[in-house]
Amino acid sequence: MLKWSTLLDLLHGAGITVAVSSLAIIAGVPLGLLLAIARTGGARPVRWLGAVYASFVRAAPVVTFTMLIFFGLPALGVSLDPLPAAVIALSLNTAAFNSEIWRAAIVDFPRGQLEAAQAVGMTRRLAFRRIVFPQIWRASLPALVNEMTLLIKASPAIAIIGVVDLTRKARQIAATTYEPLPPFVAAAILYGLALALLVAAARTVERHVRRRYVTL
Amino acid sequence: MTFRLDVIWRELPQFVHGLGNTVWLCAVSMALSLGLGVLFVVPLMSRRPYVRQAARAVVDAGRCVPFLLLTYLVYYALPSLGLSLDKWTAALITLVAYNTAYMAEILRAAWAHLPPGQTEAARAFGYTGTALFRRIILPQVLIAVGPVVGNQLIQLIKDSAFLSIITVPELTYAANSVQSFYFVPFESFLVATLLYWALCGGVEYLVRRGERLAAVVRRGHGH
Repeated sequence: MLKWSTLLDLLHGAGITVAVSSLAIIAGVPLGLLLAIARTGGARPVRWLGAVYASFVRAAPVVTFTMLIFFGLPALGVSLDPLPAAVIALSLNTAAFNSEIWRAAIVDFPRGQLEAAQAVGMTRRLAFRRIVFPQIWRASLPALVNEMTLLIKASPAIAIIGVVDLTRKARQIAATTYEPLPPFVAAAILYGLALALLVAAARTVERHVRRRYVTL
Repeated sequence: MTFRLDVIWRELPQFVHGLGNTVWLCAVSMALSLGLGVLFVVPLMSRRPYVRQAARAVVDAGRCVPFLLLTYLVYYALPSLGLSLDKWTAALITLVAYNTAYMAEILRAAWAHLPPGQTEAARAFGYTGTALFRRIILPQVLIAVGPVVGNQLIQLIKDSAFLSIITVPELTYAANSVQSFYFVPFESFLVATLLYWALCGGVEYLVRRGERLAAVVRRGHGH
């Protein structure tokens, strides 16, 4: 069985997983929105670049992409420590998926409202801030949360560049105690708990949003 | 910095070999978990609540575990229970076990959204139990599920990159060994990522072709 000190060690790894994933989400959600705006409203080359970026990154395995960032960027003259490299890799990855979600919401946005905003003299920027954004974030929330759960499940990829997250910590404990089953099962339970908490929090927010606003 | 295409070109066989292993591992696992998913969807749709809830719990738990953690469980923890596996068997078992949870859920969702008319008509003609499932429900489910299975296959291909950590010589492993031998990390991982891109694009193309075929089948030419 697991000793208390080992469990504490494992929780430390869980803390790293939560911290890195949270930073990636905090950076990746707005980054995805910017990318979606560029892909729907930008000049033609900008749209094209955005589309290629999203397609390329969405097809890349997170492990391979993380290694490309961590081992590949120094060759281009940008040196990174493992932890910032992990945050950057996960942010860039989730931003590509989030841009698809934001883009779908923007494309589906009713044209009539935009025309009405234009008719009362709003600029495109103001209309986006006051009319479009307050509605699309509510429409996109469930899909964004789904992507967050996928990100947390893909986050063990950062272990390959030496970040000691929950999965790697479990592996270390397994290797030192010669009892691999308890740390791996405990780690699986911790992932399950983290995902369940996230989904429950999202449901609460969604319920609140539904009660407060008339959704699209 | 110079882009060392010459190294990549010289080591192309290694990349192709890795890509080949990625392709067959994922294709075989997808076929196996489609079969297992069909078996698993029956308890998921059972009319007995305790059977349904137990199956539900297993599938949900399976979908919570990150792929790498499951790989570690199979490769490092099963031997402690007396079941030692070589890396290929461990890789296949992990891919199949992981993917089956998703496939079962995908099949269940498709079954639940089937229009009830055909099933009711079949019941009226006296179809029940296995015959009803095999002859009426399953073919419709399998046709409906095509594009989602394509997406799941892409997900599986990307998750299979984790297998490089237990030294299965798939595409990411090949890229890593080329980069560490020649120190060409950027080129190596970029080429690997481009190959994944092409592979996923290929899957998407096949799904679209399959969809056109399914549309023809659905229209039921001549009936």
